[in-house]
Amino acid sequence: MAPENTTTPQTASNEDEILDHLDRIFAESKDKPGSLIPLLQLTQKMYGYLPEKALKKISKQLNIPISEVAGVVGFYSFFSTQPKGKHVVRVCQGTACYVRGGHEVLHAVKNELKIEVGETTPDRQFSLEVGRCFGACGLAPVVMIDNDVVQRLKPSKVAEVLKVYKK
Amino acid sequence: MARLHINNIPVDVPDGTTILKAARELGIRIPTLCHLENTEAKGACRICVVEVKGAKTMIAACATPVTEGMEVFTNSKAARDSRKFVLEMLLSEHDGDCKTCSRNDDCELKALAAEMGVTDLRFEGERTRKHIDETTPALIRDSGKCIKCRRCVTVCSEVQMVGSLFPQSRGFDTTIGPAFSQDLDSVACVQCGQCSAVCPVGAIIEKDHIQDVWRALDNPDKYVIVQTAPAIRAALGECFDYEPGTLVTGKMVTALRHLGFHKVFDTNFTADLTIMEEGTELLYRLKKKMVNKEDVALPQFTSCSPGWINFMEFYYPRFLNHISTCKSPQQMFGALAKSYYAQKTGKKPEDIVVVSVMPCTAKKFEAQRTEMSQNTIPDVDYVLTTRELGRMIHQAGIDFRELPDGVMDSPFGLSSGAADIFANTGGVMEAAVRTVYEIVTGKPFPLENLHIEPLMGLEGIKKASLKIEGTLPEWNFLEGVTLKVGVAHSLGKATKLLEAIKQGEEFHFIEVMTCPGGCIGGGGQPRVTTDEVRRKRINAIYQEDEGKQLRKSHENPDIKKIYEEFLGAPLSEKSHHLLHTHYHHKERLN
Ligand code: SF4
Ligand code: SF4
Ligand code: SF4
Ligand code: FES
Ligand code: FES
Repeated sequence: MAPENTTTPQTASNEDEILDHLDRIFAESKDKPGSLIPLLQLTQKMYGYLPEKALKKISKQLNIPISEVAGVVGFYSFFSTQPKGKHVVRVCQGTACYVRGGHEVLHAVKNELKIEVGETTPDRQFSLEVGRCFGACGLAPVVMIDNDVVQRLKPSKVAEVLKVYKK
Repeated sequence: MARLHINNIPVDVPDGTTILKAARELGIRIPTLCHLENTEAKGACRICVVEVKGAKTMIAACATPVTEGMEVFTNSKAARDSRKFVLEMLLSEHDGDCKTCSRNDDCELKALAAEMGVTDLRFEGERTRKHIDETTPALIRDSGKCIKCRRCVTVCSEVQMVGSLFPQSRGFDTTIGPAFSQDLDSVACVQCGQCSAVCPVGAIIEKDHIQDVWRALDNPDKYVIVQTAPAIRAALGECFDYEPGTLVTGKMVTALRHLGFHKVFDTNFTADLTIMEEGTELLYRLKKKMVNKEDVALPQFTSCSPGWINFMEFYYPRFLNHISTCKSPQQMFGALAKSYYAQKTGKKPEDIVVVSVMPCTAKKFEAQRTEMSQNTIPDVDYVLTTRELGRMIHQAGIDFRELPDGVMDSPFGLSSGAADIFANTGGVMEAAVRTVYEIVTGKPFPLENLHIEPLMGLEGIKKASLKIEGTLPEWNFLEGVTLKVGVAHSLGKATKLLEAIKQGEEFHFIEVMTCPGGCIGGGGQPRVTTDEVRRKRINAIYQEDEGKQLRKSHENPDIKKIYEEFLGAPLSEKSHHLLHTHYHHKERLN
């Protein structure tokens, strides 16, 4: 099934597009020292994510070590090095959720989607993230899917819940 | 000046002084972790918090300047409890086992736990994810032991300007390391080991060669010889509780014999040889330029520091032809040990095991470079840091402080004072100029006490010039020329000097040492190296130099002998084959 929503097309061509785009920016702004964060923001905004290759290019052009560029990207949750799925699943791993089975829930979600934390399913439907306390500890364990809060989720119910979003 | 009270005791300090420093004036030591001398305070770890009257929260002493009338309490219950709480949190996340940790003799975290009286762990938290990175020849990183103090980040990006390590991700998931949480071989790390020298715990350590060396020593078929770099003798004592800057040359020799090395040699010998080769190379370059009007790369850069070589290969390929083709003294030693010495003693090169004791982790990298071998036999087999040698001596139960003095073995034992000063910033240059001047003029080097004053000390970039007069006929093209030399230590300062050269500043010869202070402040030296420690070690080295009759490389009789017996002359074909090499551009990112 092809996704209806096409904000995030296939990785390969998309990556090339991003790299071309960066080349153009650098060609235009030659001799002007660029600054990192605005450039990252612009690229993220246009393409929805920042692939590793793009970060390496930016690192070289701005002469900022790649570790620092990646560090900055990792620090702001706004940035992502993975294309985001249509739905973002965030499993709380805060203390309350963790002790009330949040860890098992995470395990079940990983199994169901067959991806690790920080990854996106190949069909671009789901991205998986973890959170640290959504402020709903009374309802632990908690999972957020986009803006919906799913409370007291049991590992056995995970597949059922995700199905609703699959369409 | 500001007057404040610390624990009710008045103290006057200059404006801008931090609470941490003001307290030290009174002999009060506030614990620190993220704080690193000569760099901007980060205030990140909060282990240094104190109570300040009128302040709503606890104050980080390392990052807070004093104010007039301030009342500080370093020892109130609230201050003690806060610091202990911070420490207990760090300990609860820390994934390490002191019993088997190589830092258990000098770990700052363990020392703090003892000092603050932590007897049990109140919090059972999630542990830091453990990943061991052994991808580089010099270093091992253990993320589980990392307490995220970021000292390594500061040293790698601010002091070395390499920037291989950076906090990745955030919150509890933060790891300190290369981009995309990959291993160190994925970035352009130069292997200097300054990160391992400042890390307070066992999260970055040198790759240990101790077991390999024991195995070689235990093997009756191997003839195991050792060389010790100039900087070891001024620092090894610290592993046995001597004051920094205590010279232990004689005891070190005896200890090495006790460990079972068949011969104890001195890298200083090949430091003298380096001066002969590198000095001659400089004169040749000058001649080509000034007489033959050839297009030669000048200034010439020194080549003894392997971190610097790595740096140039990654970051400044266009300057690679400026680097002297001389191998470093460590590698010259290895090459001669497996050729000249093997012939002299009738041994097969493959039966000789060359062990180096170096102040440097990058020397481990250098020893395994393919350029540094003959017929696939490496010139240097194993490299121990000063710290590793200290540990080996402890392991062997040798009571170092009680040892009598020993003397290095011949033919690689005798060295000049010029070789000693290879250990500190400015030293290689001074040694070279002492010799070059005398070769060119035939007259004794005229400066007082043989020192070039402007090149001494811890200033990051140093410059000197010397007018050459009264040249011998062969060198008369240099008559009246003012020789301009520059010295930089730490790669950050080297970068500044390189940029100045790019802008057109003129020099003939440049010395670069990768580590702050030079080899005496190397990444493999006993911890922690502060400027005070650097100064003490440097003083010891100058003392060793000044105490010798023989203070110029070209006057070393054993150097003359090796040229007569084996090498011929500096830059001879044999020298080229054994003692020189070339470096190549390395792509920065994989
Ligand atoms: S790093 Fe320090 S506290 Fe941690 S295991 Fe090693 S010695 Fe112990
Ligand atoms: S060895 Fe040097 S360059 Fe490499 S990470 Fe450590 S400080 Fe940075
Ligand atoms: S590796 Fe060492 S110096 Fe670097 S952040 Fe971790 S504990 Fe601190
Ligand atoms: S711990 Fe999960 S919502 Fe608070
Ligand atoms: S030493 Fe002061 S905050 Fe880390």
